[in-house]
Amino acid sequence: MEKKLVLVHIDDRPYQVEAGQTIMQAADKLGYHIPRLCYHPKISIEGACRVCIVEVEGMKNFVASCAFPIADGMKIRTHTKELRTARRDIVELILDNHPEDCHTCERDGICELQRLAYAMGLRHRHFEGEKKDYEKDLSSTAVIRDPNKCILCGRCVRICSEVQKVNALGHAYRGFKTVVMPAYDMPFKDSVCTTCGQCINVCPTAAFVEKNYTQELFEKLQDKKFVKIAQIAPSVRAAIGEAFGFPPGRAMHLETVACLKRLGFDYVFDTQLTADLTIMEEASEFLERLGGKGKLPMITSCSSAWMKYMEQFCPDLIENISTCKSPMSMMGALLKSYFAQKIKKNPTDILSVAVMCCTAKKYEAARPELEIDSLRAVDIVVTTREIAWMIKSAGIDFVNIKGEQFDEPLGISSGAGAIFGATGGVMEAAIRTAYELYTGETLMDIELNDLRGLSGIKEGKINIDGKEIRVAVAHGLGNASELLSIIRKDPDRFHFIEIMGCPGGCIGGGGQPYAGSNSIPLDEECLRKRAQALYDIDRGKTIRRSHENPDVQKIYKEFLGRPLGALSHKYLHTHYKPKEPRGIIPEEIKAR
Amino acid sequence: MIRYVITLCDGPSCMQKKSKELQEIIEKQLDNLGVRQKVQINLSGCLGMCAKGPVMVINPGYTIYGNISEKDVPEIIESHIVKKKPLAKFIVDQDHLFNRFYRVFGDVNFFGKQMRIVLRNCGIIDPENINDYLSVRGYEALAKVLTDMSPKDIIAEIKKSGLRGRGGAGFPTGFKWELAASEESLEKYIICNADEGDPGAFMDRSTIEGDPHTVIEGMIIGAYAVGAKKGIIYIRAEYPLAIKRLEKAINDARQHKFLGDDILGTKFCFDIEIRLGAGAFVCGEETALIHSIEGSRGMPRPRPPFPSVSGLFDKPTVINNVETLANIPVIILDGAKWFSSIGTEKSKGTKVFALAGKINNTGLVEVPMGTTLRQIIYDIGGGIPNNKKFKAVQTGGPSGGCLPEIYLDTKIDYESLLAAGSIMGSGGMIVIDEDSCMVNIARFFLEFTQNESCGKCTPCREGTKRMFEILTRITQGKGKEGDIEKLERLGNMIKKSSLCGLGQSAPNPVLSTIKNFREEYIEHINYKKCRAGQCQGLFNFEINEKCIGCGVCKKVCPNQAIFASPKSKYQIIQDKCIKCGLCFKVCKFNAINKILKEVNLWKRN
Repeated sequence: MEKKLVLVHIDDRPYQVEAGQTIMQAADKLGYHIPRLCYHPKISIEGACRVCIVEVEGMKNFVASCAFPIADGMKIRTHTKELRTARRDIVELILDNHPEDCHTCERDGICELQRLAYAMGLRHRHFEGEKKDYEKDLSSTAVIRDPNKCILCGRCVRICSEVQKVNALGHAYRGFKTVVMPAYDMPFKDSVCTTCGQCINVCPTAAFVEKNYTQELFEKLQDKKFVKIAQIAPSVRAAIGEAFGFPPGRAMHLETVACLKRLGFDYVFDTQLTADLTIMEEASEFLERLGGKGKLPMITSCSSAWMKYMEQFCPDLIENISTCKSPMSMMGALLKSYFAQKIKKNPTDILSVAVMCCTAKKYEAARPELEIDSLRAVDIVVTTREIAWMIKSAGIDFVNIKGEQFDEPLGISSGAGAIFGATGGVMEAAIRTAYELYTGETLMDIELNDLRGLSGIKEGKINIDGKEIRVAVAHGLGNASELLSIIRKDPDRFHFIEIMGCPGGCIGGGGQPYAGSNSIPLDEECLRKRAQALYDIDRGKTIRRSHENPDVQKIYKEFLGRPLGALSHKYLHTHYKPKEPRGIIPEEIKAR
Repeated sequence: MIRYVITLCDGPSCMQKKSKELQEIIEKQLDNLGVRQKVQINLSGCLGMCAKGPVMVINPGYTIYGNISEKDVPEIIESHIVKKKPLAKFIVDQDHLFNRFYRVFGDVNFFGKQMRIVLRNCGIIDPENINDYLSVRGYEALAKVLTDMSPKDIIAEIKKSGLRGRGGAGFPTGFKWELAASEESLEKYIICNADEGDPGAFMDRSTIEGDPHTVIEGMIIGAYAVGAKKGIIYIRAEYPLAIKRLEKAINDARQHKFLGDDILGTKFCFDIEIRLGAGAFVCGEETALIHSIEGSRGMPRPRPPFPSVSGLFDKPTVINNVETLANIPVIILDGAKWFSSIGTEKSKGTKVFALAGKINNTGLVEVPMGTTLRQIIYDIGGGIPNNKKFKAVQTGGPSGGCLPEIYLDTKIDYESLLAAGSIMGSGGMIVIDEDSCMVNIARFFLEFTQNESCGKCTPCREGTKRMFEILTRITQGKGKEGDIEKLERLGNMIKKSSLCGLGQSAPNPVLSTIKNFREEYIEHINYKKCRAGQCQGLFNFEINEKCIGCGVCKKVCPNQAIFASPKSKYQIIQDKCIKCGLCFKVCKFNAINKILKEVNLWKRN
């Protein structure tokens, strides 16, 4: 259907634009990038920061261009003197109530507020006065909240409630005393926060940051006592280049391996290998359930934020969750058992470090259920951002470095392991293996395009030996909860479900590099390119099915025995239990 | 069951014209028609219409029949009581709603200049008795619209009346209803905004406490006009009596079939629910109010979409103020033509004001639009106590402007107040006399709006705080060159850039006092002088030679700032004095002086 066109004037120039969009949307397409702050295309319009105000002829007041619909005959001005002064003053008002510690701030140089202040021409202050003064919330294992740096744009509140449907954050108090906080101002660790880190992704300042373990890691890397081992998650390689100025969509695992070696790691392994291992276990578990042993639909368990979400909000589905650990925890478990035996070291002397795209993995690593013989499987988790900073801090030249290969015996991975990082990837990988395990035949058409892409809930069907297997994929916890309400109503609709906690899957994780100066956080185009980088890795491999991975086969032969065997259960599987943090409404009250 | 009350005038003049004999004939006719038990007959004192005697009043409806003779009575009774049609040819006067008040209270000076439409029943009927309301033509307007008028007719009538929203912005009510009515939706809502947040304003509260049914009736008519099936009265929990009376009124109305399914036997269904607000000022803003009802934090959102398109639970929603709704039954009964004859060209009807501050008759007054400020303050309000000089009047609550004497002859309506630099607002009116410092007043109002800002948009949250800081330092004698310009710059930016009405009007008190009393600001900043002696940083207390050394001042001083040197009078240590004024108040010997500071910058150089 053809859209209605309207004639508008922007800064005295006539334009034909489509009706039904906001002034900002129309202006964006015409090359006017109206300054903005609280706006984010993925979430609802807040209209709070008032930076994007424009003048519309006939209106008494300025209007927020992010919210105001464009109309025929509208005469819009985007940078009159009065507007420029007003915008400048508004940004100054934000800065006046913001710590002046840019030089020591984590986001120095990659801060939206800093960029905006520069662009608005804020070179001196007029209105300085009292600043807010709150305690930082350091309680969480993964996400730190610093209300002093918060500029109350509300992006975190909106992404948490609208995209993730977790509702861990809200505004409290009024006027100048307004703060964004969890319910009852309780410590973050006690709240419903799933530590997915999307608040960090969308925060324009450093009001939310991951709990930083880089100093601890730097120290431990100098400690001769440890054998230092790193693992790198699939989607880290698809995004880490962005932190060094490369365009999105470049897979840079070889460079990362080389840098990590120079940082002091003795071994650098590939989490993609344990992704293959996860597939072996998960596909076997699925076939077992399909055969009547266990509940269907089976739901994946790789995403730590999703695990916490599930334990809090849908404990009724615990039996549907695959008992497989995440690839990170499987790798950790192998490092402190199989690999420790192999190199004849005491597991206590192994420093197991995970480089992840994810903040929730920090939370996962601290879960007591995942300990191996009372030892943490993963000692330290650092995000893509943290490792990029460490590389810069150590003076390692990521940009020009010559790539190096992952170490053996945990370095070979299949293409199936690589696509774990993109939404739908786990499902795709699992089907490739399950099909063969069940039928004994090799699945030829292995690229399942139904399961790729960024639509919220994706469905697919596959015929395995005459049996129609229905699968579904959701990414982002909001989509997940929608999918869950579907299967609560119709439990037989799907057999197998993949859920990832973050939009786009792990490539959109809460630990990925901040958006650069000309992009927005969680930009779909960027996510698509990162996913493409992983699909390209898959396509470039000769081994594209997990069960064909020779390292995986070797691990089963030398150590684990068989999928779902006794040792597998000990090292690769876990269990979940319902959690009821404050702020969750008990069922009996909800029913009233 | 008594349905009608016939009151026969038994005054000397009517008695002479055989009113007593009429009673027998009436009773006889009632018996004939078999309706005796429906009617109660009273004899009253003189109604004062001696020229029209004998006079007979039939209630409900306050229909006065005059110049009636024995032979007319059966006809009147049959027509009025049995056929339910008042016999026009004998009617000398019918109810004029706003006159009712004077029948009860007479033409007292305070009331004489007023015109009571919204408050027509307040103080006259028992608000907890629906029969009382029925006796003053209550729910007659509802019956009229349900039987004789289509929703379109109602909207046309309200549009014709020129009624505008009394909540402050003055949006035409009929137009608002039309917008909501034109939306295609099975679910629509009508909300009565009773979240009266202006400090000192209590017109909505009084209307509800004095006459809850009129608000309910107005809502039902509105619901019928726009097609809403559900109404919500959003009222602050601080109004327990109003809530109690509303609850009773809603229950009574349900029992009388004015609310609920099949209202008055028609197919129209509508019911009302009360929602309590926690008393945030910003929840008077309609989108914040909607969020509050939905269970979220009361924060406004950008408009459009306007609530009439997408409001409560994203359904078309009409939000009207209490006072607006109280006008509706009157307009329906007495007609848009009559209503629009009251007021000015663009603002029709009356407006209730809450008079407060330095004025003799503080309280609620209802006057036609177009009444001048001078009439309200001096004629109705009784002027300023203690012969003090008038300095300014602040209209429209904490976000209104302060108007000096030159605006006293402004005819009040939405436009003229706006042109003068203030707003109608919800109708607060605070009179300020010469003893008040305008800088301090501006600071006082800004402190309120600054605290009540929801914290969502930057200009309002941060900007009002900075303005408040600047004003505070000016009143402390720490004002700097350029502060006035900063206040103006911030104020104008906040007005034009804020998200909702709260922020858009918050700087009004400051900007209007700068405009009208700029010299006081200059005095504060340049000469460190507060001519009203209110700003604590700009005066000192000193003990003079009249001190007899009684020591009372020392006792009351909360900060031990007063001491006595041996064998002499008491002294105040200026550094310790917090300017609370307690010593000044307790000294019986006029031994403490309040010394205004003044720095002459020219001399110093």
